Amino acid sequence: MAQVLEIRWHGRGGQGAKTAAILLGEAAASAGKHFQAFPEYGPERMGAPVLAFNRISDEPVRVHCHVASPGIVVVLDPTLIGKNDVTAGVPEDGVYIVNTNLSPAEMRARLKVKGGKVFTVDATQISMDTIGRAIPNTPMMGALIKATGLMALGEFIADTRHKLEMKFRSKPEVIEGNIKAIERAYQEVQSE
Amino acid sequence: MSKRVAITGNEAVAQAMRQINPDVVAAYPITPQTEIVQIFSSFVADGDVDTEFVTVESEHSAMSATIGASAAGARAMTATSSQGLALMWEVLYVAAGLRLPIVAPVVNRALSAPINIHCDHSDTMGARDSGWVQLYSENAQEAYDNLIQAVRIAEHADVQLPIMVTMDGFIVSHGMENAELLDDEVVRGFIGQRTPKHWLLDVDSPATFGALDFADWYFEHRRQLADAQTYVKGVVLEVAKEFAKISGRDYDLFEAYRLDDADFAVVVLNSAAGTAKAVVDDLRKQGVKAGLLKIRLFRPFPHEEMVAALAGKKAIAVLDRADGLSTMGGPVFVDVRSAMYDAPGPKMVNYIYGLGGRDVDTEQIAGVYWDLARIAETGKITSPVTYLGVRE
Repeated sequence: MAQVLEIRWHGRGGQGAKTAAILLGEAAASAGKHFQAFPEYGPERMGAPVLAFNRISDEPVRVHCHVASPGIVVVLDPTLIGKNDVTAGVPEDGVYIVNTNLSPAEMRARLKVKGGKVFTVDATQISMDTIGRAIPNTPMMGALIKATGLMALGEFIADTRHKLEMKFRSKPEVIEGNIKAIERAYQEVQSE
Repeated sequence: MSKRVAITGNEAVAQAMRQINPDVVAAYPITPQTEIVQIFSSFVADGDVDTEFVTVESEHSAMSATIGASAAGARAMTATSSQGLALMWEVLYVAAGLRLPIVAPVVNRALSAPINIHCDHSDTMGARDSGWVQLYSENAQEAYDNLIQAVRIAEHADVQLPIMVTMDGFIVSHGMENAELLDDEVVRGFIGQRTPKHWLLDVDSPATFGALDFADWYFEHRRQLADAQTYVKGVVLEVAKEFAKISGRDYDLFEAYRLDDADFAVVVLNSAAGTAKAVVDDLRKQGVKAGLLKIRLFRPFPHEEMVAALAGKKAIAVLDRADGLSTMGGPVFVDVRSAMYDAPGPKMVNYIYGLGGRDVDTEQIAGVYWDLARIAETGKITSPVTYLGVRE
């Protein structure tokens, strides 16, 4: 992997941006990588715009500043586009992965970006179908794994299943729902 | 032997406390330290530790109960941050004056006002003259390692002093990264048992603790407290040497990063040191002889070793994440410049940065090195104290 992969997660309080960053970081750690996962702590309330970040690298990560120019941007809530500058600091060849029912071409027009790559997946619908609630974070991780090839899907699912089993021991349906959501998003994510 | 885990700073410190298995923990929650005592209380509830966990109504009481337990002969700990440490003020001095080897993680956070929950070092910098030993930590790994070593340092017969081990609030306390944890048995073997010379519940050899001490003896006891500080350096190094044997990780009084042949040095502590190391590597690629000195032991201040490491540099910048409000720079700058008085040579400047959690990035730190290059070239300092990244 080239140097440090930097990811910025845009979401709203309650959508699981921080949890996604942590689960992704833990999965990267299981795959033998060094990482950081941290949210931007602000007023924490349901629905408020929130940011979370990842750095993933083969070498130990030493910098402790914010991620200013992420190579990958994940947008958990498309209503943030236009209100928050999700493209801020992103390099020309940046990758966007957006939770939306729009096509990648339509989303590219809304983002107003020329280079790079735009991926779209209807993570909200997938989470409604599989988990029964609009929690787009786990399906978006499936889309991220497909879009970036960060690690093998099977490896990621095994690690995430383990984490979910520790958290939701008494709710096996939540574990299965989340795993299905990841698999479906991995299959359904579109790119141009 | 040790295992690498994905962990936050708070989780790593709570795990170290579980492995230390103190006799008594008296604590009160405060963001961003809350998780430490919350996680530790679950270890108590699950029977993973033998600790008597005392929930108290304030930080003043937390430190007071910790002092009582430590005086009684127990291995006692607490944890706090920011306003919590400020509320402990009065009793911090008691812990040091009574020579009690209490170990306390402190998660660095700004002080009010204005109200703020984010990282700066105003809390522990304000406690620097209390007699507590202070160890600063760049990341979760160092916070974990320092806490384990702190037990040995504090309880060493020549030291017998309380120690605070700090890490940056949110940046390290809530950020998740990799760290290597030692096996429980290895940690327990390393720290051993506390064997105090005098203890309050020793009925065979009764002693008075905290007695009244007027003009007749107070001065002598304070002199002894100052004398104890002179032994800390040697013990810190001795414990670090033994710790390297069980962990494979080396610790010193400070970390000199590419400093030997450097022309320009930045002195900094805690998480910004990691960011600065990346800047040093980048500048070295451009042919700039940049180096870094990251302070680990700030109290007592290892001035002789620091002067030896910094002598001969062309220009030095000290980065402070706390403002002394003296109009002559932050606390680290004042100490480093004072130490360097007898080794004249380098031009020295101060940067106050990151107050209340303001981010400091690689570009800003690179700017500091370029300032140093200009100062070395012209011999002129235009601004002895600069506020880095503030809107003026």
